[in-house]
Amino acid sequence: MAVKERDSHTGYMTTGHEWNGIKELNTPVPRIVYFFLITTALFSIGYWILMPAWPLGVSFTRGLLGIDQTTTVENALKQSNIQRASWTKRIETESYTAIQADDALMKIVRQSGKTLFGDNCAVCHGLNAKGSKGFPDLTARTWLWGGDPETLAETIRVGINADHPKTRISEMLGFGRNQVLNRAQVDAVIAYLRTLPGETEKAPAPIAQLDERQKLFAAHCATCHGDDGKENLRKGRRT
Amino acid sequence: MLAQLTKAERERGLLISVAVALCGLVMAVLGRNDPLGIHGAIVILAGLLCVFAIIAKFYAPEPSASRLENYYDDPTKVGIILSMAWAVVGLFVGDWVAWLLVFPELTFDAPWASFGRIRPVHTTAVIFGFGGNALIATSLYVLQRTSRARLPDQLSPWFVLAGYNLFCVLAVSGYLMGITQSKEYAEPEWYADVWLVVVWVTYFAIYLRTLVRRKEPHIYVANWYYMAFILVVAVLHIVNNLAVPVSIGNAKSYSVFSGVQDAMTQWWYGHNAVAFFLTAGFLGMMYYYLPKRAGRPIFSYRLSIISFWGITFFYMWAGSHHLHYTALPHWVQTLGMTFSVMLLVPSWASAANALLTLNGAWHKVRDDATLRFMMVAAVFYGISTFEGSFMAIRSVNSLSHYTDWTVGHVHAGALGWVAMITFGAIYASVPWLWKRDGMHSARLVEVHFWFALIGTIIYVFAMWNSGIIQGLMWRTYSESGTLTYSFIESVVAMRPYYVARAIGGLFFLIGAVVGCYNIWMTIRNAPAHAAERVDGKPDAVIAGARLQPGE
Repeated sequence: MAVKERDSHTGYMTTGHEWNGIKELNTPVPRIVYFFLITTALFSIGYWILMPAWPLGVSFTRGLLGIDQTTTVENALKQSNIQRASWTKRIETESYTAIQADDALMKIVRQSGKTLFGDNCAVCHGLNAKGSKGFPDLTARTWLWGGDPETLAETIRVGINADHPKTRISEMLGFGRNQVLNRAQVDAVIAYLRTLPGETEKAPAPIAQLDERQKLFAAHCATCHGDDGKENLRKGRRT
Repeated sequence: MLAQLTKAERERGLLISVAVALCGLVMAVLGRNDPLGIHGAIVILAGLLCVFAIIAKFYAPEPSASRLENYYDDPTKVGIILSMAWAVVGLFVGDWVAWLLVFPELTFDAPWASFGRIRPVHTTAVIFGFGGNALIATSLYVLQRTSRARLPDQLSPWFVLAGYNLFCVLAVSGYLMGITQSKEYAEPEWYADVWLVVVWVTYFAIYLRTLVRRKEPHIYVANWYYMAFILVVAVLHIVNNLAVPVSIGNAKSYSVFSGVQDAMTQWWYGHNAVAFFLTAGFLGMMYYYLPKRAGRPIFSYRLSIISFWGITFFYMWAGSHHLHYTALPHWVQTLGMTFSVMLLVPSWASAANALLTLNGAWHKVRDDATLRFMMVAAVFYGISTFEGSFMAIRSVNSLSHYTDWTVGHVHAGALGWVAMITFGAIYASVPWLWKRDGMHSARLVEVHFWFALIGTIIYVFAMWNSGIIQGLMWRTYSESGTLTYSFIESVVAMRPYYVARAIGGLFFLIGAVVGCYNIWMTIRNAPAHAAERVDGKPDAVIAGARLQPGE
């Protein structure tokens, strides 16, 4: 049944098997295949001898190098903490004024601060810190809760409307819903806000009416937002 | 087509379809307050569809006994069409996911269109829908011809094909509703998994029953690979999906494994899914269609043996390289890495065996895009297996892990190897199956080839770049010992590559659509009766119709 024949192109014999016209040559396995099989096997055996490799029931072969990933990562962490300690210690202990006075230290602070901002703050405030709906623009340099380093640090520590017991609460009363102001009065306040400087939509109103609106604002809004509608420390900002 | 079933087979088919529909009814009733109920409805629908299809031909005359002298290719024909349909769906969703990473708003605020849901739709549709159907279709074709035996019966291949596609539909529709086991490539829930076991065992039985009846003294290499594919996938699927459902009326289940054992089981499964589904199965395909199309004998029978046993033995150990630098014990990682390195040798031996088979037929590779698909597939197989072994080395993995490099590597394999060899095999077998002189348009095969190749290259290069940049950005430290880049900066840096990747994917999709059109036109012009005799003599019905040179 098995008729072996010589392939004219390669000069090798076929195995004599045939499947629906497909034949196979009986070409010997090229030497290089054995070479690489042996090389990779030797590499593996060497690696097994040096590294943790084979299970032994409740334990495993530890390897001559005594390397283990847990200790490796612990050492790496220890090492990097030591490397950073030169400046982290100063940040932990020194006052903000002292830190700000040291240009070299501030360079490090800015460098790591940028990455920390990207990983922690950018989700809401944007990578460019310009903010988005409901999240203030941090580049405006007007700080709702105060802009000195101590206060900023406290704000970051306790958060705003967060679950920390000392968190800052940012909340405006529902003047309309609570019926402090009726619909017409709400509209009047809005109209007044639009006359304030910085608004694009200027609607100059008669002085008499404006007085009425201004009074409403002074009575209900100015406590938090200030007489001129400009934000106050720890209080909301109109825009 | 179904008129070819004997009366007894029609009765049995009807019985099975009714039973499936009843199972669906039970699922729908018990799961009425759960997404399981919707899947029950889908199962009812699938069962009824089969009932109607069989009833339509139920009283057709008994097929003539002469059919037994022909190979049974109807399921293969349907399988190829299904495979191409899944390819277009899967590639479309894949490209959508790719654009979603560029324009996050492309979810249109719909939960079902979120990344976490449509991404598995993409992977399942391409791997299991496209790849799986192609494997089933071609394996049945190759099995019969290399055994010189007809399939043992006509019902079980239909059961396998229809059942398998029902599984794919349940999987994909489930993801959109949020049903998932959260295990990569094993997302479908318990009831779909149980169903697949039934289908898969039937598939393996077809293989064994046909091989037992073979008229060739030896079992051809392609069949070793196809059998390894079916057998190992069954083992992997059963073990990794061991889970306890919350209740019989609930789609959710909990794995019996937990913690790092769960992770290890999952990646033992995951990597061997790559090995035995995406490699062994398609090597089976390659070992038949490539020498057949090239008209050349396999370069070396001995090399086939070495690489087959090398691949099956080494792959089994390699899964833990997916868990380098994790809670997985160090020694398990060592084994995963070293076996992955050794695996390179049999992998390259297979690729070399394929390419050296082409010696003496390189002029055909130049002229024939179908053969060129297969040649390029072998090249990409070599590239991606080298890359895989390389990335499995622990220190390389510390750079590549969790980056787009992994995504690029997978696609070098999936687009370059799996899809290319499949397109080659499909373009070869469509004219053989439908008894045509060739494809409707050789020029369109050429167009498809270039779209596919350019798409793959754009994709892979984009992901190499983005992956390595990501890896480097994540590990760059400033002099003061802190990370230089925040994660979001690495995301921003990826944008141009994500655009390129999505364009590469679009090329690949367009190629597949061109292929569908070409296949459809070839089939449309096919003569009505076309069957191929087991003994190789021309069939009486098609006497005069030209058989393919390769047949």
